Amino acid sequence: MEPSKTIDHAALAAEFNKDPERVDWHDATLWTVRQRRDMRAHQVPEWEALREMASQIKENVLSNLHSYLQQFEQNAIANGITVHWAEGAEDHNQIIYGILKAKGINQMVKSKSMLTEECGLNEFLGSKGIDVVDSDLGERIIQLAHQRPTHIVLPAIHLRKEEIGEIFHEHLGTPKGLSDPQELTETARQHLREVFLTRRAALTGVNFGIAETGEFVVCTNEGNADMGAHLSEVHIASMGLEKLVPTRQHMGIFLRLLARSATGQPITTYSSHFSVPRPGQEMHIVLVDKGRTRQLGRPDFRASLKCIKCAACMNTCPVYRRSGGYSYQATIAGPIGSILTPNLDMDKYKNLPFASTLCGSCTNVCPVKIDIHQQLFKWRQEIIKEGKGSAQKTFSMKLMASILSSPGKYKLSGSAFKWVSKWMPFLVKNKMNPWYRQRDMPQAPATSFKEWYKKNV
Amino acid sequence: MTVGLFIPCYIDQFYPQAAIATLRLLQRLGVTVEYPQGPVCCGQPMANSGYGHLTKGCDDLFTGSYSSYDYVVSPSGSCVLHIKEHMHPMHGKIYELVEFLTDVLKVDQLDARFPHKVSIHQSCHGLRGLYLSQMSERMAPAFSKPERLLKMVDGLELIDLHRSDECCGFGGTFCVSEEAVSVKMGKDRVKDHETSGAEYITSSDLSCLMHMEGLLKRSKSPVKVIHIAEILNHTEHGAQ
Repeated sequence: MEPSKTIDHAALAAEFNKDPERVDWHDATLWTVRQRRDMRAHQVPEWEALREMASQIKENVLSNLHSYLQQFEQNAIANGITVHWAEGAEDHNQIIYGILKAKGINQMVKSKSMLTEECGLNEFLGSKGIDVVDSDLGERIIQLAHQRPTHIVLPAIHLRKEEIGEIFHEHLGTPKGLSDPQELTETARQHLREVFLTRRAALTGVNFGIAETGEFVVCTNEGNADMGAHLSEVHIASMGLEKLVPTRQHMGIFLRLLARSATGQPITTYSSHFSVPRPGQEMHIVLVDKGRTRQLGRPDFRASLKCIKCAACMNTCPVYRRSGGYSYQATIAGPIGSILTPNLDMDKYKNLPFASTLCGSCTNVCPVKIDIHQQLFKWRQEIIKEGKGSAQKTFSMKLMASILSSPGKYKLSGSAFKWVSKWMPFLVKNKMNPWYRQRDMPQAPATSFKEWYKKNV
Repeated sequence: MTVGLFIPCYIDQFYPQAAIATLRLLQRLGVTVEYPQGPVCCGQPMANSGYGHLTKGCDDLFTGSYSSYDYVVSPSGSCVLHIKEHMHPMHGKIYELVEFLTDVLKVDQLDARFPHKVSIHQSCHGLRGLYLSQMSERMAPAFSKPERLLKMVDGLELIDLHRSDECCGFGGTFCVSEEAVSVKMGKDRVKDHETSGAEYITSSDLSCLMHMEGLLKRSKSPVKVIHIAEILNHTEHGAQ
């Protein structure tokens, strides 16, 4: 198989930074979300204990995934839900197509599913003549604009209200120049109402599957997932197979952490438990692997599967805030995306673990205590070990390692550096040097510490 | 107590005054300090770039030179964290200067004077790796080891920042491989210090300061950077 084209995060980030005022706006918007998270978390005295409990519960789930999955399936079937298993995106999409085709349905409403985004479901069903409308407001906005989400919780966070006004003017016929958020939301509401009333099938994502009861939990603020699911003949839930928790009482921990970490709310407006289809309704769960069991088999990276998709790591990441979601070219961007994607396609995503300063903020906001920055470091080692570093970089690293581990060579190169910067500053201070383009070079004083020490001590 | 002093390559070459201040400060506090001439690198530049397998030479040189000391102290939090995490023989022995002063020497007064407005740059590796201060992400009681020391300095006025502990964007090779974001992060950090009214930005990590200094000098800012050792070793008669 041909290796995939590598995403050049640095180049895409540089493109985003051509408009510094927009970068400032993007940074400030997401920083506000981080501050709301801090404020809400501070109100919970046992916050750090909750994180530890959530982390341990998820560790337990990952270590016993096989039995929890079987328990979940058994209980879901007993509740009258049909359970499907999909190995990859293709299986997932075919299963959903099969369900819709059997019912003769060619229109579906969908809400809150990053997994279907990851599987390219909309495009696939579109090619089969099935129309999908995303009903979550943010998802609907970017669907109308033919864009991709840039954030897993706030998919249209890269758009300003004026830009959303333009999109609504073009697609929903609002007056030109309208950018009042309340009026725009009301327009979307009216437009979606008609969709809810006419769609026979609804697809939702899943925040948590409960093994003990075979039910699944969907957390939303707008209630559109509920609206779609309750009005439809067929409710399909797409679920990554790592989304399980053992018992219903564990929701008391996860629901307290999720919304506070994600948006700084004490809890989402709706935390809907779906367990039994109503009379006459079909309910399906599609359990999807798509690389998850491979990741589970990697000891250094399995903890990434504890993720509850709150996006706190994205909101806090100083790089994500200043490079924008598109610079990652992945369904899941930011720090968590950078440790999940190399598992899916190392050639394509090999630059993402390097798109970090390893500052560690992500690890410390994570409500399930994933060691994100440590995993970024470990992915770097894996990627280089696989021979995916450039020849130039490998050469310079070998040279550096050889100089820095040999006192004799270091002494020589130190003097050479000074000679160069003194007599040929143009060699160092030129625009080809990415340090010097926007930063002054540090000035080497006449005497190094080593030389001073020899003379003075 | 004999302490082995570790001075990483870029401090040796570009910031010898910080190394001298570290040495003199420790001596003034009654510590016997030795400086083995060999090691200049902890291996972090290679490891953070994914070439951890190339650091054996650095590791061997380091552990060979420093294993006999009671403690090893370095004025670079980032290097210390790397050594702690990756060179097991050094575990429990290696200290960053600030934590050595507060945790081992238990310094509670200093003969130091620095009559200036100073803001602290919390370097990420010192903050979230060595826990020199409480990070803003955690819901736990506040503390700050560098702040505690700076409060012992006569005449020094500590300046608060808008964002207390955001990364400056240096990140080792990140500063050149992701130039655009690195520079933007640095500019934003520097602006916070400037608008808060600081005359000096201090830190226990010179790599962050080197990055911010490059930006400050390019924009001809009057704000200067200074390693925390230089402040703690500064009396009314100047640097000791």
